[in-house]
Amino acid sequence: MANAAIVLTNISKSYDKVKAVDDISIAIKPGELFGLIGPDGAGKTTIFRILTTLLLPDTGIANVSGNDVVKNYKEIRKSIGYMPGRFSLYQDLTVHENLTFFATLFGTTIEENYNLIKDIYEQIKPFSNRRAGKLSGGMKQKLALCCALIHKPNVLFLDEPTTGVDVVSRREFWEMLKRLKQQGITILVSTPYMDEAMLCERIALIQKGKILGIDTPQNIINSFPAKLYAAKADNIYNLLKDLRRFNEIETRYPFGEWLHVTLKDANADGERVIYNYAKEQGHKNIEVKIIKPSIEDSFIRLSNPITLQRLETNEPVKQQ
Amino acid sequence: MNPLNNNKDVVIHSKDLTKKFGDFYAVDHISFEVKKGEIFGFLGANGAGKTTAMRMLCGLSFPTSGEATVAGFNVYNQQEKIKQNIGYMSQKFSLYENLTPSENITFFAGVYGVPRKEIKERSKLLIEKIGLQNEANTLVASLPLGWKQKLAFSVAIFHNPKIVFLDEPTGGVDPVTRRQFWDMIYEAAASGITIFVTTHYMDEAEYCDRVTIMVDGKIEGLDSPANLKLQFGGDNMDEVFYRLARKAERVES
Repeated sequence: MANAAIVLTNISKSYDKVKAVDDISIAIKPGELFGLIGPDGAGKTTIFRILTTLLLPDTGIANVSGNDVVKNYKEIRKSIGYMPGRFSLYQDLTVHENLTFFATLFGTTIEENYNLIKDIYEQIKPFSNRRAGKLSGGMKQKLALCCALIHKPNVLFLDEPTTGVDVVSRREFWEMLKRLKQQGITILVSTPYMDEAMLCERIALIQKGKILGIDTPQNIINSFPAKLYAAKADNIYNLLKDLRRFNEIETRYPFGEWLHVTLKDANADGERVIYNYAKEQGHKNIEVKIIKPSIEDSFIRLSNPITLQRLETNEPVKQQ
Repeated sequence: MNPLNNNKDVVIHSKDLTKKFGDFYAVDHISFEVKKGEIFGFLGANGAGKTTAMRMLCGLSFPTSGEATVAGFNVYNQQEKIKQNIGYMSQKFSLYENLTPSENITFFAGVYGVPRKEIKERSKLLIEKIGLQNEANTLVASLPLGWKQKLAFSVAIFHNPKIVFLDEPTGGVDPVTRRQFWDMIYEAAASGITIFVTTHYMDEAEYCDRVTIMVDGKIEGLDSPANLKLQFGGDNMDEVFYRLARKAERVES
């Protein structure tokens, strides 16, 4: 993609024997809000570090705004904003001092680009003389975002900005991202929370250094290859144990207050099959319905077959 | 799974439990009971007072006022007894990274006074059960997070505590392993261990028998997930939590 904001082509990176990133290719459009969705150890942070020129890939090519991450690293560093997963501001400087420091470093002033951070900065302004180390988690996150934005970057890298943050602050943060997107900034954001995937324009599901799928969240959901059923009964744990023994069933796993179930036979009347089986096993207040999959269902589905099998039987994990 | 309405089965009892730091009510008169074998979810926004409440219940911090017993022991003057009868694991700390899985089991079980002979026998079985035979002699630091958390949970209940406190045990863990982890929780609860758990994943709140939601130091909701959804009018726990927690006025300090 010639006009892409971020391009990774066959990027790999290993630490000793561990393949952290394994032959990954992604192209992100200018102005896109793109999500890397995956658990700890998926390789998300390694991808961020390669794109922000802090780590050299073993193989492959990567570009940010047309600049090569190896050859033109200086250009990239000037034009991007990066919020690492771990809080990396100066704990002994105040909120205002941190922001001034980052503005000065990039040859600008707080005033020059104030409109970009205004919405976010106003929320922490009452604490502008407080040392960064003394801020709450939510406020640290807002300050870090301001510092990453103060030089008006073209591309913003946010590595797990909402990890460990409660539901209310997470929603606020995504509202901020939507507003930033309207300013035309390309945003690459990572998260281990599957529900946040729906808030991105496109996502890459990633696990153990490999991409499981790249598309819009809606297309990923639409390509779920089976009919998905939700089932429950009074004793949901016993229902799960019983369904594990039922050989007409392909997968079954807990999902909130329901169990999610797929059948081996795509043409079967699953609602009837599951209901009747549960009834035979003596379950009470059984409910079964067809449902639309979520991103988390897709992720589980796309996870490698060995993992899936382990979930099915709850067998011990084996060395890979 | 099915809490019994019998007083001798109450394993945590809290009445007006309060902790003040200066003028600040970190925990503000919370009252609840948890029954044997129950999976009790403890939710709240950052800064709502969850950690402070848990520290008091684990015998790590004295209340300012109110009363509480944990496993039958008083939080004011039987803290050491409480510690002997509970297990604890958190996302941040639960195992020594520079010890192997076997060494961690031996160490923690030893601290809790499990006889050496028993540790030796059961630790081998445990390693097999969670499938770490090949990793028994590798350092915990090099295990994937999901495995670490499963091992940490097993270690936390190795001494058969009456209650295990789990502080965000599944943070950052992949969806498949997260479900395996909850399988272990169900199994432990079925064997009579009471589970006291905090989480940021609202789907996991649905796996609990009952859930409390703390807002600004107070308990604003306490019931089964199904009843909370009826009471506060939400399709799922995410919505219930959001409706209650957005009223919060204070931020994490």
